[in-house]
Amino acid sequence: MYAQMIKTAHSGVHKREDMTEQERAFQDRIDAGEKIEPRDWMPDDYRATLIRQIGQHAHSEVVGQLPEGNWITRAPTLERKAILLAKVQDEAGHGLYLYSAAETLGESRDELVRLLHEGRMKYSSIFNYPTLNWADIGAVGWLVDGAAIVNQVALQRTSYGPYSRAMVRICKEESFHARQGYSAFMAMALGTPEQKRMAQDALNRMWFPCLMMFGPSDKDSVHSEQSMAWKIKVATNDELRQKYVDQTIPQIEYLGLDLPEAGIVWNEARGHYDFDMPDWSEFFNVLKGNGPCNSDRMADRVNAWEDGAWFRDGLMAHARKARARKMAAE
Amino acid sequence: MSNEWPLWEVFIRGQHGLNHRHVGSLHAPDAELAIRHARDVYTRRNEGVSIWVVKSAEIAASDPNEKGPLFEPSNSKVYRHPTFYDIPDEVGHM
Repeated sequence: MYAQMIKTAHSGVHKREDMTEQERAFQDRIDAGEKIEPRDWMPDDYRATLIRQIGQHAHSEVVGQLPEGNWITRAPTLERKAILLAKVQDEAGHGLYLYSAAETLGESRDELVRLLHEGRMKYSSIFNYPTLNWADIGAVGWLVDGAAIVNQVALQRTSYGPYSRAMVRICKEESFHARQGYSAFMAMALGTPEQKRMAQDALNRMWFPCLMMFGPSDKDSVHSEQSMAWKIKVATNDELRQKYVDQTIPQIEYLGLDLPEAGIVWNEARGHYDFDMPDWSEFFNVLKGNGPCNSDRMADRVNAWEDGAWFRDGLMAHARKARARKMAAE
Repeated sequence: MSNEWPLWEVFIRGQHGLNHRHVGSLHAPDAELAIRHARDVYTRRNEGVSIWVVKSAEIAASDPNEKGPLFEPSNSKVYRHPTFYDIPDEVGHM
């Protein structure tokens, strides 16, 4: 999940009897499956929660370019390089769609970026792990984007219209991401013994961080309930994680690799795979800023923003002058 | 003065002679760059053959609170639809 641990801007779930008439009418629209649109009335907490979630989702798309961007110039063939470049470009687009959705709620993109750079907003924990070699890049496309797809397919049904529409567009493009990743990873897993060893290593390292993308277990997920009632979230963390595991295990088996941990066993009675949960203390530690790459990622983001300031300002100054000249001539 | 690039709404016309359709928005300093950005963001997979951009601030929109008075009157005017009329089968397709 690209948005984790989103604090609902309210503690507990609003009870119907405590709602104002306007809030009740709003909840009825949600329950009837209507989409909420930017200029519709909405509770302040709904708006604030959405800004947090969509903003964090947008930041994840943009920061997510960094671990892959590092490998564009190091791709093994020209074809893989062109593919990776296209994929990373898509991520910038996804960030844009999401920032645009957040902006319809009255929060500017520059403000969201500022909050990220000041450490007051987060992005997905997964991007605080390094991409050490080319096998990792295949694994990112396959496993990380695969996890994002599970989350985002569900979010196409989210109650806020602009967010839902952004998800529809993003899902169309994500399928390319997962497939190109699997294709690159397959070339490694079915390659030389050394390549296969690298693939296995990447899978083993990436597995638990990918499971963390869905956020803590439902029993520890204190903010989910109101978000579910508002249909900002439409499936629980554990439901989505199970779905991801179930769809990914056969893909691992096809590659002839060992499963990444010993707890993965098919449970005939449940009709699902059992699996071990990640070490949640590691997850919380990464969220706090202590993952292997947190400080590098933020430094790269802030530098890119600051180094580009003269260029953005220059284009704006040019646009203002051109407009003034045009008006003077009219 | 804020140097944040203004927001533009993007409309794309697809291949098959359909109307321009709203696809999303983006930030750009001026119209020329808004079109270039729109090309990069919204037409990477053959989505269109023509782009319109318009500053978001210049779009006038109907008020959601007026939804009832504006749109409900047409609900009761079923005679505006072709299916309102029973035409005998003998007449053939019409």
